[in-house]
Amino acid sequence: MKTLIATLLIALAPTFVLSNMAMAAGAKVHLEEVEINLNNKASLQRGAKLFVNYCLNCHAASYMRYSRMAEDIGLTNEQVVENMIFPADFSKDKDGKPKKAGQLMTVAMSEEDGKAYFGTAVPDLSVVARSRGADWIYTYLKSFYIDDSRPFGVNNTVFPSVGMPHVMWELEGLKKAVKKTTKVDGKEVTKIVGFETVVPGTMSAAEFDSAVTDLVNYLEYMGEPAKLKRYTMGVYVLGFLFLLFVVSYAMKKEFWKDVH
Amino acid sequence: MTNKTQAFMNWVDARFPMTKMWEDHMAKYYAPKNFNFWYFFGSLALLILVIQIVTGIFLTMNYKPDADLAFASVEYIMRDVDFGWLIRYMHSTGASAFFVVVYLHMYRGLMYGSFKQPRELIWLFGMLIYLALMAEAFLGYLLPWGQMSYWGAQVIVNLFAAVPWVGEDLSVWIRGDYVVSDATLNRFFAFHVIAVPFILAGLVVAHIIALHEVGSNNPDGVEIKKNKDENGIPKDGIPFHPYYSVKDIVGVVVFLMFFSVVLFFAPELGGWFLEKDNFVPANPLKTPEHIVPLWYFTPFYAILRAIPPIWESQFPGVIAMGMAIVFLFFLPWLDRHPVKSMRYREPIFKANMFIFIVSFIVLGWLGTQPATGILSELAYRFTELYFAFFIFLWIFSAERSAKYYVTSFIVMVGIVVVLDMLRGGDADKIALMLKSGLIPVICFAVLLLIPAKFKSSVQAKPVPERVTG
Repeated sequence: MKTLIATLLIALAPTFVLSNMAMAAGAKVHLEEVEINLNNKASLQRGAKLFVNYCLNCHAASYMRYSRMAEDIGLTNEQVVENMIFPADFSKDKDGKPKKAGQLMTVAMSEEDGKAYFGTAVPDLSVVARSRGADWIYTYLKSFYIDDSRPFGVNNTVFPSVGMPHVMWELEGLKKAVKKTTKVDGKEVTKIVGFETVVPGTMSAAEFDSAVTDLVNYLEYMGEPAKLKRYTMGVYVLGFLFLLFVVSYAMKKEFWKDVH
Repeated sequence: MTNKTQAFMNWVDARFPMTKMWEDHMAKYYAPKNFNFWYFFGSLALLILVIQIVTGIFLTMNYKPDADLAFASVEYIMRDVDFGWLIRYMHSTGASAFFVVVYLHMYRGLMYGSFKQPRELIWLFGMLIYLALMAEAFLGYLLPWGQMSYWGAQVIVNLFAAVPWVGEDLSVWIRGDYVVSDATLNRFFAFHVIAVPFILAGLVVAHIIALHEVGSNNPDGVEIKKNKDENGIPKDGIPFHPYYSVKDIVGVVVFLMFFSVVLFFAPELGGWFLEKDNFVPANPLKTPEHIVPLWYFTPFYAILRAIPPIWESQFPGVIAMGMAIVFLFFLPWLDRHPVKSMRYREPIFKANMFIFIVSFIVLGWLGTQPATGILSELAYRFTELYFAFFIFLWIFSAERSAKYYVTSFIVMVGIVVVLDMLRGGDADKIALMLKSGLIPVICFAVLLLIPAKFKSSVQAKPVPERVTG
């Protein structure tokens, strides 16, 4: 008993890794690379619109303030209050409090409700781009396919058996998986090799790709709003340090002239 | 100096040894004139300590050591606090930079024999600083309360549970709970922001006082105090201020350039400085796929995992990990060779150093990898090499006969074989052992059979009277 926890956690830590390695080796998904540009404010605004329309009803972004978003992506507080804070955020509105740009992007749905509706707690998306990475989110959002065995009728190749429905199906339409069966070591293995559109959406494939790119761009921004500033600041700091280097090196040379 | 300032200094000096301290530690502290690149890292470590303390103070103004609030308060700092992101990244980059600098500083000591007589206490204080630093880093890593914070702390605290008999009680006592929880976070916060920094600062003072008492070593390993001029000033010494203060400023600026590149352009450094999983709030019910400590602990983590359990107890691994650090403390008494600097040490010493550095780096990499078959076996072999380094230091401390070297070789290979027999395993495992066993055997052969055959490989070069260059 003494050593139980120890053996569990120390010895099992590598084993967790081992088993996951084995799993990952079998089901390693190829992620599509997404090209995003944090300096493209129009893209960030389109992404923010998609985010508040499609994500921010179940998912919260409770570390992020509307006003910060407005300031960073080039909107006014009034625009945000009018168009982006929906009555769905009952947590604020039911008390009769006016909507304020300074409020956090919370949602009314409780964690328990989320568990009841989707079978799992709905994660907060504030920093999701930092834990998952832009490519993962991009590929994930494009990988929903029809699967009648799932409660919401869709499954996902990047995140198998995910609890989330295909929220943007209206835009993308619905796809079915194209499967291919090959023999590996004498065993028949069925793999999904592609998708085929069954019900067309309001957007073409190219339009949807670009919409998802905007959304990922926004999520990347929201993961670290400081990213918009830190590159520029970094250039100035390095420039200053370079000047300081020239001066300090000259000073060192001058002092050390008499050391032989 | 004007009369008034002089009068003021006299007033102070009559009450506090201001001028004396300034002269003892700066203006009249004579340091060897031949310091090279490797001598920047001491002052840089001090700089980082200051950065960590100052940014730490600002972080505590907004951080909340509460399991329900901690993660959100870090994001609050990152978004809502003015320049909070800058302060936080300085602190997180500073933590890794501290270890980069300290490892290079320790390597310098190893190369030039700076730990040797009469500088044993400087080394011991330094090792205690290193130990305190590891504690500080570990405690601090829990505070963001992400998945890696949580599970990393869980794994490390559970190491204490591996201690026979009292282990489980011990780990509960450390955590203050049966799992890592709010109680753990609160006490780690207390240790991280006050207890350990206090100890650290005290040890740094002791480290520097001991250094200034004995005087600095240098790349030649020559004692400059043995050659003094008529005024009692070492002929090869120059006052720390202004010579090394202006030189160290250049070092500081160059360091800050590297620091800024990481800080502004890649604060996560591809997951090496800030792990991806730590952007997921701690969840006691969900073990992450990979629990990997931050890079500065990975060599020791690899050693921990490399030692197989005995009677289902992980205690031997814990002991090995502890010994990997304890051995470093004994360096001054293990390496007794009269020549200090690697520059004049025998060729075989350099080979030993090379194998040690390679082992340390390989172990560091292995610590980030899953401990699967071949990788885990490699970790075991490099652990053997890590420990063998210290034995070789002792062997190379004096002149030995050819027979001594050959006997040592047989004994050391024998130990490896016996340990392998104790490890045992199935046919595949034994086949792997036989192959990987070549790693220590070849290294031992190089380090012991070459000296047995070629006398020149263990002959040190003459050390010059005065420093060179």
